[in-house]
Amino acid sequence: MTTLTEAPPSDADGLLPSKKKSSGGGLGTYILVRFFLILPTMFILVTMVFFLMRVIGDPITAAQGGRLPPDVLAQRIHDAGYDRPILVQYFEYLGQVATGNFGTTITDRRPVVAMLATFGTATLELAINAVIVALLVGIPLGMIAAHRRDKAPDAVLRFFAILCYATPVFFAGLLLKLTFSVWLGWLPVAGRASTRTELAMGSLAAPTGVYWLDALRSGNMTALGDVMAHAVLPAVALGLLTAGVFLRLVRTNLIGTLGKDYVEAGRSRGVSEFRLVTKHAYKPALIPIITVMGLQIALLLGGAVLTETTFEWKGLGYQLVQYLNARDFVAVQGIVVLLAVIVAVTNFVVDVFAALIDPRVRY
Amino acid sequence: MNATTVSGRKQPLIYRLPVISHFRKSIGLQRGMLVTGLVLTIAFLLTTVLAPVIAPYGYSQLSDASGTFPAQQAPSGNHILGTTVGGYDVFSRVIWGSQTAVVVIVVAVAMSIFLGVALGLLSGYFGGWLDRVLVVIADAIYAFPSLLLAIVMSIVISRGQSSFWGGILACSFAIAVVFVPQYFRVIRAETIRLKAEPFVESAKVVGASSIRIMGRHIFKNATRTLPLIFTLNASEAILTLAGLGFLGFGIEPSSAAEWGFDLNKAMADASSGIWWTGVFPGAAIVLTVLGLTLVGESMNDLNDPRLRGRKSAGGKVPGGGGGSDARTGAQAALEAEARTL
Repeated sequence: MTTLTEAPPSDADGLLPSKKKSSGGGLGTYILVRFFLILPTMFILVTMVFFLMRVIGDPITAAQGGRLPPDVLAQRIHDAGYDRPILVQYFEYLGQVATGNFGTTITDRRPVVAMLATFGTATLELAINAVIVALLVGIPLGMIAAHRRDKAPDAVLRFFAILCYATPVFFAGLLLKLTFSVWLGWLPVAGRASTRTELAMGSLAAPTGVYWLDALRSGNMTALGDVMAHAVLPAVALGLLTAGVFLRLVRTNLIGTLGKDYVEAGRSRGVSEFRLVTKHAYKPALIPIITVMGLQIALLLGGAVLTETTFEWKGLGYQLVQYLNARDFVAVQGIVVLLAVIVAVTNFVVDVFAALIDPRVRY
Repeated sequence: MNATTVSGRKQPLIYRLPVISHFRKSIGLQRGMLVTGLVLTIAFLLTTVLAPVIAPYGYSQLSDASGTFPAQQAPSGNHILGTTVGGYDVFSRVIWGSQTAVVVIVVAVAMSIFLGVALGLLSGYFGGWLDRVLVVIADAIYAFPSLLLAIVMSIVISRGQSSFWGGILACSFAIAVVFVPQYFRVIRAETIRLKAEPFVESAKVVGASSIRIMGRHIFKNATRTLPLIFTLNASEAILTLAGLGFLGFGIEPSSAAEWGFDLNKAMADASSGIWWTGVFPGAAIVLTVLGLTLVGESMNDLNDPRLRGRKSAGGKVPGGGGGSDARTGAQAALEAEARTL
């Protein structure tokens, strides 16, 4: 990466203190350059997905070949423009994507954007719940492991972290289902809500699509309880996968800061061990923690596909598998591109965030 | 990250082999982790080799001399881990599943090492526009959810193929595509570092061709970290294979036993309280991945002197010497961590 710390012209008249001059300009430029770095990533992924999907053939034959008479099929392909040269189609698709038009799904004839909005909120809800679980489990346990480094608690917790990684989400989901739904009967087996709640949610005016938010806004407490009960197991299954990563992350970085002189100084002044770990050592360790946590979005989304299928959680991942099985590649393309956008944008936000917290982060 | 112990006298070859040298360096908790991992991994490999002896039935066998297997039968004398909804013997499928896993790991990792190393050498050695293009592409692939990429790839490759080798190759290739950027990055970074070394320069002066310099001088020096990445990728390959199988884009049950596929079929059983069809294949995945990850993690820690426990540290290891040392140690571990994920 090249250095981008030249002061912008506005700073030249010396209105700002000299120290702020370079860092202020650097930050603005950094964010701008970092933003434009999203574009090649996006471009490559869109290109890759487009050509991979076309290798199989045109979307209409893939979805409906064999079910329609050949002449009807040929007519459909012609109408949709899939008989033109692939490069023409590619540039047309790029133009459409740039203006936010992802086409219409082949199997259920919905605009892809509307489909993404409907199922995206469900995935968003699952992801939020899972991150909450991961933070609640990962951060405190990571602190304990770092504080008791190389002692029994650390050994147990490190093993737990590796176990979280080694357990596929669908197997964790299966075990959770067996235990809490089938044997104990405490929680529902699958779905986002019971049928009655689904109907209540559907009849709301201007729903957000995030069920617990909708239930809260409409003041429907039975629905809220129902939604919560459905949310627990998927959130735990997906959350534990990420919790293992968070635990190791917090542990590794805390061990780094706990060895610093100022922590020792704090200890000699009589600051409690609890405060030393949770405040003094934890705060400086936050930057690498946040950065790497942000990078886990790809892991989280991959896990979401499996979790949604396990719990029949009707989000993007569940729908992706349905569309793949129906060979509806227009819809698949839309979902994959959207997920790529989410990953790229999250990485951008994380980088900017890290730059805002730590003035040393400049490239 | 040197695999050999630093000493004046050269150790016998056997002590310089990756896993053995790591074992000799380890103490206490780290040795415990390494040994646990090794035991699980060896058990896994033995199961693979001895599958024909251990498994009482074939993976797609539905009947024997005494008649057709009953469906969804609880564990009993005839079927010690019960039978599935399709009438397969769960125990046999779990055992045979290890073979599928090994074949996929070997093929996938071999393919990705070959491609990743070749591209990494080219990119790092020649630099220029080729390097830039490859780096941008590798970063884009790396940032993408690996399971999604594998799904797309397997659909593109297999298109519903179900033969043993067809399915295996499709899965392996899908997984390999995900791994190539990792090998590419590591080898490229090493190549750029080595390119500036005097021995490369002297090889150039002597008149060695670029191919010879890359293939002999750089390649041999750049591949030290590969055993570590291999172990970590092997566990990831199993998880990806199982994920593909679980979503139904893996290998057909009649052509091979695959744990993820069995778990897919077991999901419906779970709701009615039939636990044995899912718990055992799942446990097989967890134990295998656990074993490989423990070995990989321990090797990673032992390669880094700052993370390695010392034999005469007097019990307390306060994170290296000074604060800055511990910081870089943590950073190195972090990077290694980022590579695993």
